[in-house]
Formats: sequence, C-alpha cells, structure tokens
Amino acid sequence: MLPEAEFEHVLAKKYMRTEIMPHAFCPGCGLGIIERMILMAFEELGQGEWDRTVFVSGIGCSGWTPLYFRRDAAHTLHGRALAFATALKASRPDLNVVVVMGDGDSMGIGGNHLIHAARRNIGITAIIATNMLYSLTGGQMSPTTPEGARTNTTPYGNIEPNFDLMELLKAAGATYLARWTTYHFIQAKNSIKKAVKHKGFAAIEIVFQCPTYAGRYILNRPDPRDMMQWFKENSIPLGVAKNKSPEELRGKIIVGEYLHRTDRKEYTEKLRELEERAKGRGR
Amino acid sequence: MYVEPGTHLMQGDEAIVEGALIAGCRFFAGYPITPATEIAERMSRRMPQVGGVFMQMEDELASIMAIIGASWAGRKSMTATSGPGYSLMQEGLGYAIITETPIVIVDVQRGGPSTGLVTLPSQGDVMQARWGSHGDYATIALAPSSAQDMFDLAIKAFNLSETYRNPVIILADEVIAHVREPVKVPPYEEIEVVERRRPNVPPEDYIPYLPDPGEWVAPMPAFGEGYNVLVESVMHDEFGHRIGTDHVAAERTIKRIYYKIEKNVDKISMYEKRYMEDAEVAVVAYGSTARTALRAVREARNQGIKAGLIRMITLWPFYDRLIEETASQVKAIIVPEMNMGKIVREVDRASKGQAKVMSVPKVGGVLHHPDEILAAIKSAVR
Repeated sequence: MLPEAEFEHVLAKKYMRTEIMPHAFCPGCGLGIIERMILMAFEELGQGEWDRTVFVSGIGCSGWTPLYFRRDAAHTLHGRALAFATALKASRPDLNVVVVMGDGDSMGIGGNHLIHAARRNIGITAIIATNMLYSLTGGQMSPTTPEGARTNTTPYGNIEPNFDLMELLKAAGATYLARWTTYHFIQAKNSIKKAVKHKGFAAIEIVFQCPTYAGRYILNRPDPRDMMQWFKENSIPLGVAKNKSPEELRGKIIVGEYLHRTDRKEYTEKLRELEERAKGRGR
Repeated sequence: MYVEPGTHLMQGDEAIVEGALIAGCRFFAGYPITPATEIAERMSRRMPQVGGVFMQMEDELASIMAIIGASWAGRKSMTATSGPGYSLMQEGLGYAIITETPIVIVDVQRGGPSTGLVTLPSQGDVMQARWGSHGDYATIALAPSSAQDMFDLAIKAFNLSETYRNPVIILADEVIAHVREPVKVPPYEEIEVVERRRPNVPPEDYIPYLPDPGEWVAPMPAFGEGYNVLVESVMHDEFGHRIGTDHVAAERTIKRIYYKIEKNVDKISMYEKRYMEDAEVAVVAYGSTARTALRAVREARNQGIKAGLIRMITLWPFYDRLIEETASQVKAIIVPEMNMGKIVREVDRASKGQAKVMSVPKVGGVLHHPDEILAAIKSAVR
C-alpha cells in the first residue's frame, strides 16, 4: 500500500483527478513521465492557458493519459480522437485542444484523420506517444515497430518498414513538429509549451518506454531504467544526424525540433473569414 | 437568416436543411455521397450564413465523430449520408450513445448491399438503424414521407435528441430527398425548439451521467465551461469514471440508456391514421412507400373494401401498442416495404397473432406500384 503522501505531489494536487488514482499504467511505464511533461508545460504557461485547455484522446494505453487531468476530456474511439478534436477546435477556436494518441492510434487506425488534420493546419496540439507496438492488447506490431522486431503478431520478425512521423506530417502540411523521448524531459516539455502557443497543427512525438512489451520483446531491456538508458544512447540530435549516413542512423531515434513554420494560415482563422464572406449572401 | 414563413416549393434535401437551421443546428460535418450530397452542398452555403460551421471531413468515420465533438462544444450538430457511409457511422453512433451526446444523423437510403444501387431508393437500412452499432442500446429513428416531413422532422429530431441526449436518425430515401413539393413554414414563434438543458449546479456538484430526480438524463455542459466533464467511451459510472469489471454499475448504465428511450415510447412515437375508423384491413407503411400505400387504400375504398392506412413516422422505438390495437381491430395487416420484409417482423411480433400479417416486399430500387399493394389488400379480404 502506497502512503497517502504519494499523491500529495504539487502537480498532482493542482492538476489531477487524484480520486481516480493510482493510474492504470504498468510500473515503469513512460506515460507517467509524459503526463508530467504536459503538466510542467502548463505550470510554466500559467493558469490562464490551463483554464482554456481541453483534452481529447483515443484508445490504447496512451488514451488514458489525459483522463487523469482535472479538465474537460473526451476518451473517444480508437483512431478517431483528431476527428472529434477538429470539430471541437472549429466550434471553439478560443480553447487549447490537446490530443494525446499512441502510435497505432494515430498512424495505424487513425492515419487518415492524422494527415487531414495536418493538411488543414488546424490549431491542435497532438502529442503522439510512441512505444513501438500495441501494448493495451498485449504487444503486437504497430506502424512504428522496427523492422525485424519480434512481437506477438510478428513471431518471425517484422517485415514491414515503419512510418517516420515527422516526414509524414511535414509532407501533409503540419506547421510545428518535434520528436523527443522520455529521456529528453526538458526539451519535450519546452516543445509542448511551444506547440500549445503555436497557431496551426503541431505534433510532438515522444518515444516512451513500455517495459512490459517493447522492453521485453523488442529491446531485450525489461527494466525501464535500461530502456531510458537505451533512449539516451541511441538518440541523435537532428543537427548531428544531418551529417550521418543512413547506415549510421539505422535503429537510431533522431530527436529535435523538426519544423516551425508560420507561412500557413491556421484553419479556424480561415473559417472566420469564410463566415464573413458568407454573411449577406442570399439563400 | 431563415427561410421565411409561408409556402415554398422545396426539394426534400433543401427542406431538411432549412428545418435543421431553424431547430438551432450550428455544425454540420459530412462526406459527399449520392443521394445525400445535396444536403451537404446546401449546408456548406447556409451554415456560415447563420454563424455555424460546415466541414467536409475525410470520411464518414470522421464526420460522425466531428458532430459529436461539436455537440460537446455546445453546438447542435448534424450529418447526412447514405448506406455505405451510414455503415461506417455505426462506430461513432455507439460513441454518441454511451456518452449520451445529442446528434442528428440523416440516412438517405439507397439500394444495397455494398455500393449497391447508388441513385435508387430503398428502405433497406431500417433494421440497421435499430441494431447497427454493437452492444445494447435503444435508438430513435424517424421516417419522412414528404418534403414537408423533411422540414418538420428535422426540427423534431433535434428536439428529441436534446430531450433524451441520444442520437436521432432520420431515415429518408432517395425519393423523399429529391421530391420537390410545397413546404409550409409556420411563423417562427409557433415552432417548438427544445434547447439543451444546462447544469445549474456548481462544477464540484455536477455529475455528468446522473439524471436529476424524475429525469432520464443529466443536464449537459459544454467543454470549456469549467465542469471538467469526462466523455468516456469505456463503460462508465454516473461520474464518467470507467468501472472495469463492476458488472452492477455496467448494468445500471446500460439499462438507463436503454429505458430512457424504450419507456418513453408513448411520447416519442408519431404516426398518422387514414381511413382507419371502420377499417377491416390495414396497411402499415412508412417513408415514400406510405404515399403509394395511401393511393392503394383509396383505390380499395373505391372498390368497396374497408381499407385503412397507418403511416408510421417514428420507426424506433417501435410502437407495439399501436400495432397491437390495430391488429385487434382488423382482419389483416399489409406491410409494403422497399426491402425484403423488415419492419413486417416487428408488426408481426406486436400484433400477437390477432391479425394476419402480410409482407409486400419490393427490392431493386423502385417504388411499389399501387396495384401491387391493392392486390395484397384484395387477397387479404378475399
């Protein structure tokens, strides 16, 4: 039994639904770190930003993440978080809409909504928690599972190449992109702050440790500390990666701020302009 | 802003849009599909004129999730589709049901299965409207028979969805969507519009899925109002908290969302009776088929047969009592439908063996000829 004081953490007391805790994550799961990154970002952004923030998530381990925050939150369907969030933002452009999805949730079943949210450049902050497989269902291959990895649906090794989320969303039209791991706490927290303030579709991929499945099956590191160490040793900053060959980058996580452009107008701004054009026209 | 009171020549698709706007619809999301596209087209022009939002989504999975999101942003919202799109929407429909989100879905039925008969009418989706999404729930489905109905039932659908915090499906068909006929728009003050019941307690006292005493549903706040509501697709308790394997709490939630509709069938059901006072044979019909049925009933009367028509406007929840009473009055009930015989099963069940129930199926994408229904009436009284 954990002592009561465990939930007396200043961030938990201020921002979380402590009445439904402890949360459902496995011991050592990186989603707790991602929760803390989000809360630290808002602690630094200030109460004003927090008060106008709402959360949307999909289904998967990552889908639970924002439900512990004491804010309006929708736990939607597998893959459909962005469709719900798009309408929410279009209806209430004054709100910060933060969406938390997993890799399978966003790039697998929800891939269509992901590229179209980026194409529209709608002002949503998408936090995509990547753990390299489907964990809630017990460790199956996902669109980010490394080639060759053994999972419960790739017993002979994964033959499918994986998505590069940053390149995918850059091509689709996103205007803020960053990738970090749970090892890069400060950098990821700063990217979340930037993304919340950004006018346009912002996506932050955070590679996190799933000791239960990815740790045991893919990395052969069932101890979450070893996984964090692996993230540290196998991450290459974007600037350094530019001078490396594809062979040298194989199996590495390239981290950094990939994109920050301001030349594309945000969707809901265009929606307001459209409304002005429509008014006064006949039925 | 709205279509002026008075009589207008309107297409069904046009009438449903104008009715929805008057009902307060301020968000529409859709994906082009024949024969429902005209609804999206008109919405794209009209919605921004009344300060609403129109969005063309990437698919129907997104369209229904978008209108659920907009509903939680405080906007009355609607989508329109046809068979293939309606099949995709079953996923989001379940989400609206478990989260008790008011939305209106228009299914302009076309012939199926699959891509099917793209431009031709059908009533093939009537059972899907009741049972299409997985799990146990109840639903409300209305069947318009004219452009006037498209206008009136759009308003009614929004009122019912707000009252019961439940999706409402308008089961139109290709004929009703494209028919162009006079539509009477009453003075605005005579139109009843039900507004969403908002919580009147402070956020710390608000329980999102616990109805007030004597009510079937809880008041519903919008996102961003400080109520910190959990819109939870996982089976949840009255607080929106997931309940894991607590089967008692799960049973309570499922039964409430089921009975809030089924126990209010008397209030929800709408129907029209024609020539039924002394009828010995009844035709039970809905949608565009009811128009053909009325012609057949009149022809039967001309030939001295005491025939009557029951036009079902509310298909779901199914009004057992109406059919049971009808069955106790007549010798036979004829059920013409543009499908292989679907609602006839419900009619047969509800009539409890008191009358002979005959199906007059029609598939292939064409309306019944009145003579086909007349022949059935004649064979019933022979």
